[in-house]
Amino acid sequence: MSEELPKTLDQFYKFVSEKKLMALQCLDCGKIYLPPTPRCPKCFSFNTSWKELSGKGKLLTYTEIHVATPQFASQAPYLVGIVELEENVRLPGIIKNCRREELAIGKPMKVVFEEKAEERKSWPAWGRYYLVPA
Amino acid sequence: MMGKPLAAVVSVGLSKFGRIEGKYGRELFFDAFKEAIDGCPNLETRDIEALYVGQMSEFYEHQGHSGAIAANWTRLLPIPSIRTEGACASSGAAVALGVMSVHSGLCDVVMAGGIEKMTHQPTPFVTEALALASDFPFEQWNGLTFPGLYALMATAHMHEYGTTEEQLALVAVKNHGNAMFNPKAHLPKKITVDDVLSSRIIAWPLKLYDCSLITDGASCVILTKPELAKKYTDTPVYIIGFGQAADTIGLYERASLTSLAATKVASKKAYEMAGVSPKDIDVAEVHDCFTIAEIMAYEDLGFCEKGRGGKLIEDGETNIGGRIPVNTSGGLKAKGHPVGATGAAQICEIYYQLTGQAGKRQVEGAEIGLAHNIGGSGATGVVHILRRGD
Ligand SMILES: [Zn+2]
Repeated sequence: MSEELPKTLDQFYKFVSEKKLMALQCLDCGKIYLPPTPRCPKCFSFNTSWKELSGKGKLLTYTEIHVATPQFASQAPYLVGIVELEENVRLPGIIKNCRREELAIGKPMKVVFEEKAEERKSWPAWGRYYLVPA
Repeated sequence: MMGKPLAAVVSVGLSKFGRIEGKYGRELFFDAFKEAIDGCPNLETRDIEALYVGQMSEFYEHQGHSGAIAANWTRLLPIPSIRTEGACASSGAAVALGVMSVHSGLCDVVMAGGIEKMTHQPTPFVTEALALASDFPFEQWNGLTFPGLYALMATAHMHEYGTTEEQLALVAVKNHGNAMFNPKAHLPKKITVDDVLSSRIIAWPLKLYDCSLITDGASCVILTKPELAKKYTDTPVYIIGFGQAADTIGLYERASLTSLAATKVASKKAYEMAGVSPKDIDVAEVHDCFTIAEIMAYEDLGFCEKGRGGKLIEDGETNIGGRIPVNTSGGLKAKGHPVGATGAAQICEIYYQLTGQAGKRQVEGAEIGLAHNIGGSGATGVVHILRRGD
């Protein structure tokens, strides 16, 4: 069924709103990847399909942002990191439930989803995922 | 064997860099243009056949379409003039297009340059405008800013290679110091490592003094065919190699967080075309949008081994008088970073160095120079290699 779903950013975030972390998988070479480009970044095949990820991984790097854009200013300072998921897919995200001093490169992390998607009137109406210590 | 010249730089110009009140971007570009043509009395401005103008964002001045505006304000109409955009590499890309257009044989003389007017806007506005050059769906959406992206690289680099905050601070100390000898620089200042370390956090581990400046400025370079260079100047500088590369827009998509593939690919092309190696470079302007970016540039350009960038600055090798002086102008860090003007401004500095016009920041006997311009967190990279004319 998932073959018929569009390979788009909107679809990725539609999954996020449904509390699912999905990536595309190449049906020729097996590579699992994000962002969801219709074409495989490894073998350039167009034969790709959505696949659900475990959402578990480890922290590759992180920062604490003090000077933010206007949209995020009220949250500053906040933590952002990049995780490498079990499926070798890398994903950036805001880190919650944690202080900077508790983070370290290699720390086990997992992806969680916002409890109740806030009503977003402005574009884009996407759901949100966050990273938290596993 | 050293490569054949692709194009000649026969004159350059820069506006004052800094917080320039009462002037629009187009007027700053006029200042850079005027300096370039004043420095080239044999050039009739009607000889200029095309104009390429780098500008990152129309946000700042509510003004797009800067190519035509630059041609209008310099009264070069009706020559073809376009704006080039590759984030912070916008005018490096403009120069590359200029090189291609004279090297193709279609144009004899062209002008390339860049503009950005930023300081009239508040910092959150500028932070947002800059962030537009990073990936929206995954990076901006997750609150990443440009300092944030380079902070992610800094954290990884410090973890992987033991690079220290003190070593990062030394980049700022050097570049602010070099700017003291550059009358066009935005923030010439003697600072200490402690000043950097005690400045406020922007995106941990990067602090205020680890970040380049929000600056107004414009730059301009006049390019011609190598065989026509002596018609315009006795001291031409030749572009003997260039390379440009694109990489993933998202930092998270890349295999390495401590190296920019765009720098590696673009510089490899440029070195091969120029027939030189990193050890032949006498002076370099590298893209120090953040102190960590200069450290990574040392490594990716081959000035030192991977992971040894912190040691290179610590040993003073990139100081004026060192083995490979870097950012003699003060760099983006202290000369300032009017984003769209930066790439061509780097070419200006290398031109001054190779023609012996760099004053108190002159690198004695410099013959070969390199300019390295990066867009965003590394999705665009442009490298030019220049040689002093005979
Ligand atoms: Zn594949």
